[in-house]
Amino acid sequence: MAWLVVRLAISVSLLYAASAVFEDQVGKFDWRQQFIGKVRFALFDTHSQASKKLLVATDKNVFASLNSRTGDLFWRHVDKTGPEGHIDALLMYGQDAVVVVGNGRLLRSWETTVGGLKWETVLDTGSFQAAALVGVQDLVKYVAVLKKSAISLHDLSSGSQIWGENLPDSDSVQYQTIYSGENGLVFVLGIVPNSHIVIVEYKIEDGEIMNKKSVEAAWMSSLESSCAVVSSGILLCVDQITQSLYTLPLQSAEQTEMRQIHLQMLDLEVASGFRPVLTSTQPNPAQPPLSEFFLQLSPDHHILLQFKDGLIALLRDFSPSYLAAFATSGERTVAAVMSPKNDTACSINLFSADTGRKHLDTTIIYHMDPNGGKPNRLYVHAFLKKDDSVGYRVMVQTEDLTLTFLQQPGRVVWMREEALADVVTMEMVDLPFTGTQAELEGEFGKKAAIQDGLLPMVLKRLSSQFILLQAWLAHLWKLFYDARKPRSSVKHEVTIDILSRDEFNLQKMMLMVTASGKLFGIDSKSGTILWKQYLENIQPNSVFKLIVQRTTAHFPHPPQCTLLIKNKDTGLGSLYVFNPIFGKKSQISVPTLPRPVLQTLLLPVIDQDYAKVLLLIDDQYKVTAFPSTKNVLQQLQDTASSIFFYLVDSSQGKLSGFRLRKDLSTELIWEVVIPTEVQKIVAVKGKRANEHVHSQGRVMGDRSVLYKYLNPNLLAVITESTDTHQERSFVGIFLIDGVTGRIVHEAVQRKARGPVHFVHSENWVVYVYWNSKFRRNEFSVLELFEGAELYNSTVFSSLDRPHAPQVLQQSYIFPAPINTLEATLTEKGITSRHLLVGLPSGNILSLPKMFLDPRRPELVSEQSREENLIPYAPEMPIREEWFINYNQTVSRVRGIYTAPSGLESTCLVVAYGLDIYQTRVFPSKQFDVLKDDYDYILISSVLFGLFFATMISKRLAEVKLLNRAWR
Amino acid sequence: MATIRVLSLILSVLSSITLLWTQSGECNNGRRSEDAVDTDFSGFSVPLEHSFEVDDVPRFHLRGVLQFRGGRELGVYLSQNLLSEKDRITLKDVAAVDGLYRIRVPRVSLQVDRQTERQSEGYLTTFVRACSLVESHLSDVITLHTDVSGCVVGISIVTIPGSCRGIEVEDEVDLEVFNTTISVMAPVTAPVPETAPYIERMEQEMEKKGKNPQEQKSFFAKYWYLILGGAVFLMATSSAQTPPGGVREQS
Repeated sequence: MAWLVVRLAISVSLLYAASAVFEDQVGKFDWRQQFIGKVRFALFDTHSQASKKLLVATDKNVFASLNSRTGDLFWRHVDKTGPEGHIDALLMYGQDAVVVVGNGRLLRSWETTVGGLKWETVLDTGSFQAAALVGVQDLVKYVAVLKKSAISLHDLSSGSQIWGENLPDSDSVQYQTIYSGENGLVFVLGIVPNSHIVIVEYKIEDGEIMNKKSVEAAWMSSLESSCAVVSSGILLCVDQITQSLYTLPLQSAEQTEMRQIHLQMLDLEVASGFRPVLTSTQPNPAQPPLSEFFLQLSPDHHILLQFKDGLIALLRDFSPSYLAAFATSGERTVAAVMSPKNDTACSINLFSADTGRKHLDTTIIYHMDPNGGKPNRLYVHAFLKKDDSVGYRVMVQTEDLTLTFLQQPGRVVWMREEALADVVTMEMVDLPFTGTQAELEGEFGKKAAIQDGLLPMVLKRLSSQFILLQAWLAHLWKLFYDARKPRSSVKHEVTIDILSRDEFNLQKMMLMVTASGKLFGIDSKSGTILWKQYLENIQPNSVFKLIVQRTTAHFPHPPQCTLLIKNKDTGLGSLYVFNPIFGKKSQISVPTLPRPVLQTLLLPVIDQDYAKVLLLIDDQYKVTAFPSTKNVLQQLQDTASSIFFYLVDSSQGKLSGFRLRKDLSTELIWEVVIPTEVQKIVAVKGKRANEHVHSQGRVMGDRSVLYKYLNPNLLAVITESTDTHQERSFVGIFLIDGVTGRIVHEAVQRKARGPVHFVHSENWVVYVYWNSKFRRNEFSVLELFEGAELYNSTVFSSLDRPHAPQVLQQSYIFPAPINTLEATLTEKGITSRHLLVGLPSGNILSLPKMFLDPRRPELVSEQSREENLIPYAPEMPIREEWFINYNQTVSRVRGIYTAPSGLESTCLVVAYGLDIYQTRVFPSKQFDVLKDDYDYILISSVLFGLFFATMISKRLAEVKLLNRAWR
Repeated sequence: MATIRVLSLILSVLSSITLLWTQSGECNNGRRSEDAVDTDFSGFSVPLEHSFEVDDVPRFHLRGVLQFRGGRELGVYLSQNLLSEKDRITLKDVAAVDGLYRIRVPRVSLQVDRQTERQSEGYLTTFVRACSLVESHLSDVITLHTDVSGCVVGISIVTIPGSCRGIEVEDEVDLEVFNTTISVMAPVTAPVPETAPYIERMEQEMEKKGKNPQEQKSFFAKYWYLILGGAVFLMATSSAQTPPGGVREQS
């Protein structure tokens, strides 16, 4: 009995878990891709020949290890965002990687095989300048960290500080670099811009200042950008104005002036306006750098030079050459140089560093993506082959943040699209029909019907039916053929050509716009990148808005998307029109936008080619229509008086409404001003245009109906108080009709502050804020109802809705911070809604909207039970099984996108941040789909059994009747 | 007919309807409202202007005067003029072309003690379709919305009924006097999670449970006889047959 009770308890608890994903469903319809961001430091593990590790540190404050054979992540550490987690330096020695984090706040050592933290030291305050490994007698033992006014030396194995010294005259001298050679000294180089260089020598053992000198260098403004250390402690600097190199032995006491070597003597010249760059290499920190170095004279001109006995010798001139890099394997150092081959390809060659001689058969051809950016970083991994020759692989990073790993003779080993680590906005577009489906569609096109007579139509019909039959047979054959093969080998590649809409429209094209200006078309089922397009000359602070103007539903017209790219500072925008399925730029002429764009408006008005009309409003309130054909302009003139739009000026706290005039000018019709002294507008959201609401009201316990206030023009405006004192701060919520400017509801959440995340849908608004009094996150839900009677049930007009809605509101405690909030969306809106909450932990919580219902009663009554209302509880539960992404956490989730599928029960979800995660959710379970483990055999055997049973019994009955008749 | 007209004339001068603040205490924070009581409030007034033009270019002129009374019982009164013969004709013309009837008020603060620092730049405007105003016989509802500090942030106007059905209206009688309901709406305070009543309710339930001694018993105390019976049964069966795989799990 006890067993039974326990089992019962377990099965009851399992009933709850049933809403989550089953183990065998993992990865079936969901996928995750992890990214790292733009690589700032990349180091190959040269510790052992067989090592596959590639350590990278990125601008997204990510420190990771990549598998250099596959490009997959071995491990990844995501630090805090912003300057606190900024990775300042990455040094590697043997199995250890030393990282300086947060502008010199922390010094960490990582074990590179598994990514475990070995030690961490908190450094003294002061802004970080440089870090270097310090070796003593061929052994690297220490790491030196240079701050603005101090230097400290730490033990490499434990992190403990050996010594720390304040730098002399640190208020006037800018110390910028550290150098350590073989002789037990650490040199700290500082500069007084346009005056002199300061060199301080420290003894490694105890930090004693051995020597301090200053050298005249009136032409120099920065050490870091113009100098390098070559050979055994020779400081080498380059100046573009005098077109010369300067050398200075760091250690010599007698030389107090830099020696000038004119570049002219080497027959070289720096391109005008280009800042020359010196690149040296120090393969082993315990030994002095090599005497060879690269000098870059123009963007496509590198020179390999050698410093020997006080003289500079030219080893090889690489012109043209885009990129050059050193790499060391064992005792041999090589230089890889990328030079242009033709318009679409570059060749990378290997040269021995000490002579400049070209290695034979070492060419790698790098094919540049015509839709991508130019290469801008080159990382070389050199290794010794069995015959003692040097082999190499390269990793190329391009402007559009693509990492390509190549090996000879140009085979792409792997590729990573790191632009996807920063997705700004996205859309999902239906895939087109297959050719046969399109054929059928085309048959009933109106043009065809007019042209052809009766007989051709019949023939056409028959032929298309025949094509369908053919396609079906081919499909059957393929099924049969695939079924015979083992499951693992049936792995079809997804390509753009075979892509077509599936039965339930579950597979869609994901359009992703990234901050770097690269567009991606991704198959939502597998996550394969089907096309990519890099838009050049995108300002880093641009804002993007992606608009789907024509869906795939209008065959033979191709689908059309428009991307509005707007410069945040100037407000000037430009349009990029493309086909979302193939990523090709459309040939349609695009209006030029000479004035800053304030607002865009996608109208339901369509032109003769079924493209929705986009209105762009500039800062003089003039409207540009796109497309602007005669047909469109005529339609706009006819409907102008019913086209309204709103503008928000948060700097003045002003919301204003405009109406379109027949001549495409506008008139101001309403104005609401929220004084900026008290509160500022932080966000304005309308409802999604593709949202459907199935039921107009809610059936109450007493069988009456409470009608929803479904105003499609309603705007939710969120404000935050300017006073941030915890007792006086507040969050304001205004619900404003976007057509009439009527404030439908106005509420104040006291002792609250942002950041506010909110969702506005159907007849409700859900928002999350921080309660500054109780120090917790709280959810609040507002629902609007018209009451027991509907004012005008056939059509909604903002101009004719005189009664204010009833507003119900309730708040709840949410026991976790929140990153982002979105609501599920389904085809017809029958399925109950869930809220998708992106948590900082990377989980995505699917919270039933049922829990956020302002009608949840304090006390349970018969009527509330009838209505299925959950009794009010102040705390919102978080159940583990509500996490839709189980252990596939999405780092730094920034946005969630939801799209309806062809199945009413199913909503497609994409969460993006540092990672991208795609899945499906079923808010009301899969009520319109048979389960995966549905017992087809049982049901069909029962059916057949019954069928035969009736046949037999019928026969028996007949026999019996006959027998009786004979009697 | 004439008598009605005279009556309406008399009434029109006083046609003002007052509504009180929906939440007088909430709008101002406590300290300020007490100050307001202490200060000598005489109230103040702002103009309410309207515009209705056939060419749809707004030209505002005075419709009436909004009078505010400060203090705890902050109220608003609207005294407005009659529509002149010319205005009536214009309004009907505007209604015929489906033009707009706009109103505006200057941006003011309703806080009496803040009158000195009140900024008067800018207006708050809104509109209603002229035909619906005509068809509703000039009966409209005007609402002024204020923010937490008592500054007017928005104005809205609706007519009751709000639809345009193209009904003929006799201008003589119906388009002379505004039948206006005016109110001031301050933001409502949004509720916070109600923990205290919930805890109270939970405690009550606990008490209720506590009264029932049957519920208080532990699991073993309640079901000892079943467990004992089960154990005896298990022992009896295992000793009787001793199956090869030990005691089989019952499902």
